[in-house]
Amino acid sequence: MELLTALFADYTLRTVALGAALLGVVSGVLGCFAVLRRQALLGDAMSHAALPGIALAFMLTGQRDPLVLLLGAAAAAWLAALLVLGITGTSRIKEDSALALTLSVCFGFGLVLLSLLQKRPDAAQAGLKRFLFGQAAALVERDIVVMAALGLPALLCVALLWKHFKLLSFDPEYAASLGMPTGALSILLTTLIVMAIAIGLQSVGVVLMSAMLVAPAAAARQWTNRLSIMVLLAASFGALAGVSGALISATTRGFSTGPTVVLCMAAITLGSLLCAPERGLLWRWIRGRRQLAPVD
Amino acid sequence: MAPEVEVQLIAVIVAAACALPGVFLVLRRMAMLSDAISHTVLLGIVLGYLLTRDLGSPLLFVGAVAMGVVTVALVELVTGTGLVREDAAIGLVFPVLFSIAVILISRFAGNVHLDVDSVLLGELVFAPFDRVRLLGLDLPRALLVGLVTLLANLLLIGLFYKELKLATFDAGLAAALGFAPALVHYGLMTMVSITAVGAFDAVGSILVIALMVAPPAAAYLLTDRLARMLLLSVLIGAASAIAGYWLAYWLDVSVAGAMATLSGVAFGLCYLFAPGRGLVAGAARRARQRWEFAQQMLALHLLNHEGTAEAIEECSPSRLSAHLRWPPAFAAEVVRRAEQGGLVQRRGELLKLTERGRRLAQEASLR
Repeated sequence: MELLTALFADYTLRTVALGAALLGVVSGVLGCFAVLRRQALLGDAMSHAALPGIALAFMLTGQRDPLVLLLGAAAAAWLAALLVLGITGTSRIKEDSALALTLSVCFGFGLVLLSLLQKRPDAAQAGLKRFLFGQAAALVERDIVVMAALGLPALLCVALLWKHFKLLSFDPEYAASLGMPTGALSILLTTLIVMAIAIGLQSVGVVLMSAMLVAPAAAARQWTNRLSIMVLLAASFGALAGVSGALISATTRGFSTGPTVVLCMAAITLGSLLCAPERGLLWRWIRGRRQLAPVD
Repeated sequence: MAPEVEVQLIAVIVAAACALPGVFLVLRRMAMLSDAISHTVLLGIVLGYLLTRDLGSPLLFVGAVAMGVVTVALVELVTGTGLVREDAAIGLVFPVLFSIAVILISRFAGNVHLDVDSVLLGELVFAPFDRVRLLGLDLPRALLVGLVTLLANLLLIGLFYKELKLATFDAGLAAALGFAPALVHYGLMTMVSITAVGAFDAVGSILVIALMVAPPAAAYLLTDRLARMLLLSVLIGAASAIAGYWLAYWLDVSVAGAMATLSGVAFGLCYLFAPGRGLVAGAARRARQRWEFAQQMLALHLLNHEGTAEAIEECSPSRLSAHLRWPPAFAAEVVRRAEQGGLVQRRGELLKLTERGRRLAQEASLR
């Protein structure tokens, strides 16, 4: 209760909660499409690959402006997605190897750049290290503005192209036979997922961002068979986990934001896997018992 | 030994130890499990430390290896419920375990050697300072751990080579012959886990993945034989390790990061230039096939009209482009190549098939 009153009164807490909610909604919505299109792990590769993008953006411009850094991150993540698709499309390397390869090599390159930056006198203040595990407490108003500027157009895009994205996720062949530009639409959808990742980097960090794409969608999937409800649920789950995780992390010592948000989200997901009607494990167990009963 | 030599030796041994199980991960399409395992072994280490309060305790090692195997079991458990697919299950399980580990570190172990940076980066440069005595020899601990891991991997792969090979390439047959696939699978996962823990100190959690996946993926583009792939992976891994060390030395950057970057560069080189399978070889092959096909078309065309009334019209070099619908420059080049290859001869205004050209056309028409 004390936390709730503080939430409305305290500037820092309000900023943190707003940022985390924004992150939760955007990644929840776009994560649904990523999971349905079996690209859950592509998000992991893309978010790790964002690290060299952040470092390069800082090296080239010397600015700490969140817009510059996040655009750098997005560009690198986008290139990584392209790399994964290119490698699997033109060689006999399978998707799992291409993902693991891109993820680790890009991250390694990012670490090289970070260690190069350590030597610059202005680097210590740049605080690029907070992008590893996220630091919601460091969010300021300017960060929220940038996050909204990236996130709201992405959500708008999903709303406008709802039917197209829905068909693309469930039956891409049919979509192509209707004459939809499936190639362009997939690229657009991947770009939107990249934007969701970029939004999460400051508060959750590159290492754990992929969980924020996968977990809300996986949790929401258990409650419904309708995409529209799934997307709304995933957005709310994401926001709930984001806000609670960010608040715990901002008010308690020793809780990095990324891991805390991920654990909050994991609790929601576990609850959904167990309790969701029809699909949940408890539900199934009870139904199994009931079906057994008359036999005795 | 000088510290620089020791660091390079450790790097090479760790890279070789990682490449061996990596080959099977790549072939069995389980490369992303290395991502999961290398993250979650941290939780095992932290739990072991919180129990024993001793970073040197062997319980840490055991706990970490066990946690890697538990991760794989958890992923399979979640997939087995049928509620989420395997890729999503991996994406759900390991971030949770890793998050718990990071929070435990910063809450309860923040003031010891275990800190989050070294978890991601490793401390290869400081490895020579942590020494143990064995059989009267004064060795860096990381060197000893790496050596034991490498030997264990070599021994396991040597002993179960046939089983691993069969289970990798034909799981159905392996099961039918009575090699328990689950046993092979979990054996391999234990090996990956042990290797990840052994390499963890030296190169950190995420770069373990690079060393496990990049060299085998590069080797996969170079050969079709398992034994050769194992050997090439070790060589590529070792070469990236040495090159990475020197790159890091010259630029004064993170050694582990440079090693991972260069293993990626090694893969990139194979991807572009591998004989037969690389992008360049593929492009060259397609270009060659284009000319070969055009020459076949030319030979077929000449064979069709050979000795007929319209031969003068159809078989003159200047009219070819109209009849075969080739751009004139392309047609001229095809004729030039065909003449050079002894497929056709020019007789005044007429192209004639040679014996070789006729045989080629007949073969092509039979196809």
